[in-house]
Amino acid sequence: MTDTTTQTLTGAGIGQGVAIGPVLRMADPLPEPADEHSTRTPDEERERVTGAVAIVADDLRGRAAKVSGTAADVLEAQSMMAEDSTLLDDVSARIETGKTAERAVFEGFAVFRDMLVALGGYMGERATDLDDVAQRVIAALSGGPAPGVPESDTPFILVAHDLAPADTALLDLTKVLGLITREGGPTSHTAILAREKAIVAIVGVAGSDAIANGDVVVVDAAAGTVTVNPDETLRAETQQRIDERASALSGSVEPGALADGTPVPLLANLGSTDGSAKALEAGAEGVGLFRTEFLFLDQRMAPTVEQQREQYTRLLNDFPGKKVVVRVLDAGADKPLEFLNDAHEDNPALGLRGLRSLRANEDLLREQLTALAEADAVTNAELWVMAPMVSTVEETRYFVDLATELGLKTVGVMVEVPSAALLADRILKTAAFASIGTNDLTQYTLAADRLLGSVASFQDPWHPAVLRLIGEVGAAGAAAGKPVGICGEAAADPMLAVVLVGLGATTLSMSPSAIADVRLSLRSFTLDQAKHLAEVALAADGAPEARAAVRAAAADTTPTQPHPDRNETPQ
Amino acid sequence: MAERTIRVGSTHGLHARPAKLFVQAVAQSGAPVTIAKNSGKAVNAASILGVISLGIDHGDYVTLNIESDDADAVLDDLAEILSTDHDA
Repeated sequence: MTDTTTQTLTGAGIGQGVAIGPVLRMADPLPEPADEHSTRTPDEERERVTGAVAIVADDLRGRAAKVSGTAADVLEAQSMMAEDSTLLDDVSARIETGKTAERAVFEGFAVFRDMLVALGGYMGERATDLDDVAQRVIAALSGGPAPGVPESDTPFILVAHDLAPADTALLDLTKVLGLITREGGPTSHTAILAREKAIVAIVGVAGSDAIANGDVVVVDAAAGTVTVNPDETLRAETQQRIDERASALSGSVEPGALADGTPVPLLANLGSTDGSAKALEAGAEGVGLFRTEFLFLDQRMAPTVEQQREQYTRLLNDFPGKKVVVRVLDAGADKPLEFLNDAHEDNPALGLRGLRSLRANEDLLREQLTALAEADAVTNAELWVMAPMVSTVEETRYFVDLATELGLKTVGVMVEVPSAALLADRILKTAAFASIGTNDLTQYTLAADRLLGSVASFQDPWHPAVLRLIGEVGAAGAAAGKPVGICGEAAADPMLAVVLVGLGATTLSMSPSAIADVRLSLRSFTLDQAKHLAEVALAADGAPEARAAVRAAAADTTPTQPHPDRNETPQ
Repeated sequence: MAERTIRVGSTHGLHARPAKLFVQAVAQSGAPVTIAKNSGKAVNAASILGVISLGIDHGDYVTLNIESDDADAVLDDLAEILSTDHDA
């Protein structure tokens, strides 16, 4: 027993894992330095700036030396920004008027920042790099820790308000045992990254601000709990669970099927080709969702047709003879790309995103489809292509016509908007298949921003309204004889996966790390039982009721079933 | 003093990487160099923020000004960097 108090916090758990380790907090953004008259002389303040700038530039150069490619270029450019003579002249002039070093640095960087933002496009993206440098210099002036992702030589549990895509790019995943964020729901960018990388994570943890650096915590994603300062018993139990789970999941990798033999292919959601090997190892029977935005984000600019073709060819070569569903660029909302849409939107989730944004930049869409068709021609995988955020039959026709014209053979759409689910019968007259994105479908059905922690409890795909819409698409697919896949995170919930099949889903796609648990769960139910469980869920009043009713009914149908639902998250 | 006008070759203009390469080369030359876009205001070419803030795009013409004994050799180097497409 430690002499510190054990405390338990709750949030939305991602996946089934459990982890234990010491906490490192992501440092919070620094407050704006006060604009007050300095008590030092201008020369003293200038000397402080010189010292701080040297520390920051050295640190950035040191970090640049440890990485390569774009990351190294960005870090080197940042070190040059820190020592920039034009900037330091400006800062020096501000100090001369009696400002503190902190304030002068803050104001000086802001001038250049605004200049870059005004230029927009690629230059505008550099503003974020400059902000980071400013924060580092101000932190060095006050002797505080630099903001951003912490660095450590030993594994740790990361605690943050939330993670931006830029933060996660710098994250050394071999050192992150677990992840706790105060903001975000089960489908936020952080949650998706955690699933994809199989990081044990709990998001939307109110009270996580109280966890201090160095605290030992147990992160139990299956239960959705964070235990701060666990006692010896819990520590031992946790270690045992980590070991047991590792051995259970290293078992068989046969194709996904129900107890009666009905095949339910289990596919992988991938964000880059880096995950191919892991997906195949987990027994993925193909790729149900290949997200292409990470390709564009990493590039920091629109990649050329040749660059894209190379990436898609590599992807398709990883899955010979297997199905690979590629989603064209889904920019907007949680994945803004300034070169596509840099206009401010009050409601980006309802704005120019997904196919809408591609249609407004048709050249980019044509390039991507051309690159995909070219890659398809030289590989043996079965390439399917789909558009994100389709809300009308007319948009479906537009996309299918364009993709077909550019040489793609199997063209479908994602169903993420209630209007598309309700008219699925008409959409499937044109589209070769539908793939349901449950994260967005839930967000739009419940009218709750999936990136907002305060409404995270609405973001639950177990909600009967969401399930009813999925049922509409399933029925339309069965009537048209066309496949209906699920590629949202709902498919990764072992119990919900059975319900989705009962609603008419013909394939399930998820993070490779979730496949083993889902395979195990599907094996325990027949198609009739799955349909019955779907009816039980549809008859419930809300998400928690649906989950509870299905769990009870599942226990009745198969008394020997070993806890299929370990993905329950407390509300 | 020597002056030369060069057409920028990088597909996305003088953004992070090409700007970094250019500014590093200027710093290495040790000579005072200024850069101006079209016939605009000249800025210190050893300042990465100065260079980036000119917002130089692919195909823009920039004018370099240099005070150096081996001005031509330095200008040759810098012209090569500016006219190369670093985004290819």
